[in-house]
Amino acid sequence: MCRPLARRRARIGRKGRPMVERNAEARAADNAAQIDALVNEKYRYGFVTDIESDFAPKGLSEDIVRFISAKKNEPQWLLDWRLKAYRLWLSLGPEEPAWAKISYPKIDYQDAYYYAAPKSTGPKSLDEVDPELLKTYEKLGIPLAERAALAGIAVDAVFDSVSVATTFKDKLASMGVIFCSISEAVREHPELVRKYLGSVVPYADNFFATLNSAVFTDGSFVYIPKGVRCPMELSTYFRINAAKTGQFERTLIIADEGSHVSYLEGCTAPMRDENQLHAAVVELVALDDAEIKYSTVQNWYPGDAEGKGGIYNFVTKRGACRGRNSKISWTQVETGSAITWKYPSCILQGDHSVGEFYSIAITNNRQQADTGTKMIHIGKNTSSRIISKGISAGRSSATYRGLVRVLPGAEGARNHTQCDSLLIGPNCAAHTVPYIESRNPSAHIEHEATTSKISDDQLFYCRSRGIGTEDAVALIVNGFCREVLQVLPMEFAVEAQKLVGVSLEGSVG
Amino acid sequence: MLEIKNLHATVDGREILNGLDLTIGAGQVHAVMGPNGSGKSTLSYVLAGREGYQVTEGSVTFEGRDLLALKPEERARAGIFLAFQYPVEVPGVASATFLKTAVNAVRKARGEKEYDAFEFLKLAKAKREALGISEEMMKRALNVGFSGGEKKRNEVMQMMLLEPKFMVLDETDSGLDVDALRVVAAGVNAMRRADRSMLVITHYQRLLDYITPDVVHILSRGRIVRSGGPDLARELEAKGYAGVMPVAAA
Ligand SMILES: Nc1ncnc2c1ncn2[C@@H]1O[C@H](COP(=O)(O)OP(=O)(O)OP(=O)(O)O)[C@@H](O)[C@H]1O
Ligand SMILES: [Mg+2]
Repeated sequence: MCRPLARRRARIGRKGRPMVERNAEARAADNAAQIDALVNEKYRYGFVTDIESDFAPKGLSEDIVRFISAKKNEPQWLLDWRLKAYRLWLSLGPEEPAWAKISYPKIDYQDAYYYAAPKSTGPKSLDEVDPELLKTYEKLGIPLAERAALAGIAVDAVFDSVSVATTFKDKLASMGVIFCSISEAVREHPELVRKYLGSVVPYADNFFATLNSAVFTDGSFVYIPKGVRCPMELSTYFRINAAKTGQFERTLIIADEGSHVSYLEGCTAPMRDENQLHAAVVELVALDDAEIKYSTVQNWYPGDAEGKGGIYNFVTKRGACRGRNSKISWTQVETGSAITWKYPSCILQGDHSVGEFYSIAITNNRQQADTGTKMIHIGKNTSSRIISKGISAGRSSATYRGLVRVLPGAEGARNHTQCDSLLIGPNCAAHTVPYIESRNPSAHIEHEATTSKISDDQLFYCRSRGIGTEDAVALIVNGFCREVLQVLPMEFAVEAQKLVGVSLEGSVG
Repeated sequence: MLEIKNLHATVDGREILNGLDLTIGAGQVHAVMGPNGSGKSTLSYVLAGREGYQVTEGSVTFEGRDLLALKPEERARAGIFLAFQYPVEVPGVASATFLKTAVNAVRKARGEKEYDAFEFLKLAKAKREALGISEEMMKRALNVGFSGGEKKRNEVMQMMLLEPKFMVLDETDSGLDVDALRVVAAGVNAMRRADRSMLVITHYQRLLDYITPDVVHILSRGRIVRSGGPDLARELEAKGYAGVMPVAAA
């Protein structure tokens, strides 16, 4: 997903520094050209890697849960936890939650593989990684060889059910930063995993989180020790390759007191006629004065124009601001998947803690997205900020669903929500569903929402200046999303902008 | 350079232009004047290719090509520019971003090298300073919250950067204060070249005091009813439309 860039982005919004200001202007002008190049591109990650894989037998049962746990040589406590989750999940029907504004045929949980791993994997150094895999990531724009790697970004590459490589591990380890696959963390740092796994998203949290707890395969683990500012962006790149396989990854990030980390997540999958399930869980924990910035560019295969195929993305992401003055920021750019169901949330427990949610959700053709956030204010003087930009085109449907809850003890809590929808064409739909529950009279909650359309006048004006229709749409949409694009790390911002153009291709006659 | 023959155009089924003829040679400046609602902006939109402006009869030839067969963006790339009477607001898109995208789209179509951000800003700086447009303004969303005069100046800046061959200025003078009028006119005059023509739509002589036209046309009810030299505009100023129009048209 990411590209190396010589120039790091300058901070926005600090006035009175001419150099920085000029960079911002230059960048603004540069952005549009980036889109230019890509607007006519189709889903370019749709290829399949031909590699021999180990599969678990098809279907889901207690034996499969044991199989996965055994494959990973897990300790008993973890197997027990998985089995508890599995039994609970069975007792749920299995019947998925029905409150979201999405519709899809019934998922047959027995008609999928819950574990698929390239045969050649195992703990090894980068030099030993299967060249087919290296080539795959190369093609996706993620070179894994450290010589060629992206400046300033360490990558954990997850391929179907396993992590196949993690770059810059040694460099990070020298500062005490742990960045590895969660399977490795279970082996190498069991005390940390045991302490925090399920502490933010308990196994009983919701249908998909429960399923994930039973069958999660791999994902990333991050621990930033006290007072350390992680010197690189950490990134996980999720790739679904095998057919009829679900991806159930689990990510756990712990920022100890006074530490700081920026984490990026990217995802792609081959183009297939079948729907594939992706049900991930991400847990973040920020202790006193710690800060976690979590950015996602989600570009799972969205299905074709008629709505055939594509990923079902049912994801639970939650961060706990446990410490005083801690901060968690979620930024997401959701362009892919046939269905997106996710609500990255913050539990603002520590006094003066801050939660942020910045989101761009684009749906085109027959895509459906029901996404938003939850901000739970528990501590005193906690504050949260939500900026959601929904863009719908084609026959798609996008729903923003957001909850702001202020508990009685949250004196002085503040929230600002800005929720904007942009419609392209007459056949799409956008919905805004805010839930506001305040049980402390001192709380200050603001909610603003707008809905707009790209007008024919705007398109004609752009076209009369030589800008083609699709480029004009991309330009206007990027402008609409600017507040969110600005908070993405530079590497992702550029990619995200291009994606905006690509995802809306063909949206205007 | 541009030849309009027997042009008929309808909007929402209503005929607005009916049998308009106009030929503009290379390097010439033609002024079009006419009462409100006579079809001046309609003509400019037809030339720019706006949807909904249906040509039912006649032809427009630009440098020997059938202009009407081209899409709006293709016309712009071929060198047609319309300075809008009412520039459109584009929320969220910084003026600089918009301009750079437009300039590069046109340059690309001409087989010229696209500008990178720094080259573009350097180029834009000279033009915007000539027009008294601040750097701050370039960062603001295009036309959003711009004053009437600021919008018009921005149109002229776009025109200067896109370097068209044929430009239509639809009441670019309205909304400008006296100083801005002088500055804008100077900018337009600086663009006059042997291979560049313009159609200047205006209600007032004062613009033509600065931009001296070769030919002045009076448009009424969708056709040109009288043409003459710069004196025609002065005559109009003195006598009003009733005084200058042929009896049959008035
Ligand atoms: N979309 C439309 N629907 C219906 N009538 C229209 C439409 N657009 C223009 N017209 C009509 O066409 C006629 C010509 O309009 P046009 O804007 O070309 O006039 P104009 O000469 O530019 O006038 P002004 O000097 O006021 O700018 C007017 O009567 C106007 O109401
Ligand atoms: Mg007009």
